[in-house]
Amino acid sequence: MEKIPNQKAWFLVLPVFVLVAFSAIIPLMTVVNYSVQDTFGNNKFFWNGVGWYQELLDPSTELGGRFFASLWRNLIFSAIVLAIEIPLGIVVALAMPRAGKGVAFSLVVLALPLLIPWNVVGTIWQIFGRSDIGLLGWALNRLGLDYNYVADPIDAWVTIVVMDVWHWSSLVALLCYAGLKSIPDAYYQAASIDGASRWAVFTAIQFPKMRHVLVIAALLRFMDSFMIYTEPFVVTGGGPGNSTTFLSIELVKLALGQFDLGKAAAMSIVYMLIIIIVCWAFFTVMTNAGADHDRDQGQSGGKP
Amino acid sequence: MARIDLVDLAHTYGSDAAGAPVFALNPISMTWRQGGAYALLGPSGCGKTTLLNIISGIVRQSHGKVLFDGKDVGALTTQQRNIAQVFQFPVIYDTMTVGENLAFPLKNRGLGRAEIDRRVGEIAELLDLTPDLRRRANRLSADAKQKISLGRGLVRADVAAILFDEPLTVIDPALKWELRSKLKVLHRALDLTMIYVTHDQTEALTFADTVVVMYDGAVVQIGTPEELFARPSHTFVGYFIGSPGMNILPARVEGRRAEVAGRTLALARSYTTLPAKARIEVGIRPEFVSVAPPAPDLATAKVDRVDDLGRSRFAHVRLGEQRVAARVPRGVPVGDEVGLQFDPAQIHVYADSHLIEGQRVEGEV
Repeated sequence: MEKIPNQKAWFLVLPVFVLVAFSAIIPLMTVVNYSVQDTFGNNKFFWNGVGWYQELLDPSTELGGRFFASLWRNLIFSAIVLAIEIPLGIVVALAMPRAGKGVAFSLVVLALPLLIPWNVVGTIWQIFGRSDIGLLGWALNRLGLDYNYVADPIDAWVTIVVMDVWHWSSLVALLCYAGLKSIPDAYYQAASIDGASRWAVFTAIQFPKMRHVLVIAALLRFMDSFMIYTEPFVVTGGGPGNSTTFLSIELVKLALGQFDLGKAAAMSIVYMLIIIIVCWAFFTVMTNAGADHDRDQGQSGGKP
Repeated sequence: MARIDLVDLAHTYGSDAAGAPVFALNPISMTWRQGGAYALLGPSGCGKTTLLNIISGIVRQSHGKVLFDGKDVGALTTQQRNIAQVFQFPVIYDTMTVGENLAFPLKNRGLGRAEIDRRVGEIAELLDLTPDLRRRANRLSADAKQKISLGRGLVRADVAAILFDEPLTVIDPALKWELRSKLKVLHRALDLTMIYVTHDQTEALTFADTVVVMYDGAVVQIGTPEELFARPSHTFVGYFIGSPGMNILPARVEGRRAEVAGRTLALARSYTTLPAKARIEVGIRPEFVSVAPPAPDLATAKVDRVDDLGRSRFAHVRLGEQRVAARVPRGVPVGDEVGLQFDPAQIHVYADSHLIEGQRVEGEV
């Protein structure tokens, strides 16, 4: 059949281009524009080139110091949160009933924290942890523990980490549960015929089958925790001192508190690049581990 | 290796409104000979997988007993029964190599490294998997994966029996033959009891010495492929085995005569005592119905359709209200009237779907 050249189809993609331009590209370019200039308001701009970036990436400057300090806090926070939520999510998913009335019940209970708006989560824990009127804070102090998240950086961190675990472990658990449910019964039957122990069933069947959803869960949790703003802002406001000031909080202080738009814009760009690079690296590493698997899925049923 | 006896075995997944059990598997008693190649044949949902899973211990029966070499295995787990089972879809451990897959059951049983290597090597040789031993198992094709599943069963010494649950479903037709003949070879070489569940009559008849036909939760006939073809003991067997299946025609039978669609057919045997009120039918395989030019002493039928199967042709003809399949030579035109000839020796009589033995008539074959 003769192919008739028809370029009209490009018009069909046009709406997407327009939408993406207005929602992402144009605002992003505005930020890029700010990041290479200095402004003192009144719509007056002075060219600054890569000046802000140099300052930002040099830890010895005031800006760079603040940036790296909060970047480290963020990375440590994400690492702790991932290290707790992923194993916990797997354990919860394994413990969930596979059939019967308990399924609906546990799904609803698990979904509850996910349905609560983030600032409400913050408020809940802010009050919960207060040592004067909060159930948790008051109880801990009564038990003789000196717990005060407003004054003690460690307590503040524990509070925020526990809050995040409470808020988001369900997501990991639900994703893992979906992965577990997709394993056909025959695998378990075969494993029992092969005499596999509970642990062998986990390592030989369940974990490999969950790997794909775990990649997604880890990515989602990394991105979310790396961009965390609302909850620590509501609970600690970044304090005590700067101990829970994460990148996003630092950024808001810089842009809206000090009105340093140029510095804030440069920081935003670097922040975004970090997220993109880490996610890309993470995704590549995690999917390469299971790449043969994907290729084979396409092949199975074929000739030898 | 074991002889397997089923004693009054039945299974129900629940009871009806009145509280009477609804049987997924009706009570049966039978023996699976040590070293026999059995096929469990029946349509989907007839209970054959339930029966298989009861033997392997995946499902615990609600009634009756399963004996391995005379010993009740009711309380034993699948693993303790030492059964191997190959499932419909290949079950392999994705992250392991072929060799690790084969070694898995032995490793779980705590065997030594050298012993494991020796067994794995032997079985891989037997299944032609040796070149693939170091490859990741999930890179292989579906038929190789099924061989691995089978190999995981064989690798254990002294497997009581190997159960196959429609193992060739996902295999390419061309490879089905190959894998099936491999199974036959293994069966002869290892002297293992093999039970092969399938809904494909070709698979069943080519694999097994003894075919167990199941229908609606009950075993309707146990016999050699030859017996199933020549003397189906239930109309279902006649219909299900053979292609096309047996012609089953409502009839009135008296002595040595059957009246079908207004025509009287001669029977080779005499039926004097038929159960009262039973639904009487006669069955005859299309292979034993032939066509001739219409004649006054033959039943006249009209040809609806002719299926050419290559080596043979079957016409679907209309005899009154009844549809009948008959073996025809080349060149029978559709729409023509033909006379039907029935081989009297091959006509079977069924009452409520069950075969009735007729009395032999003196002086006749």
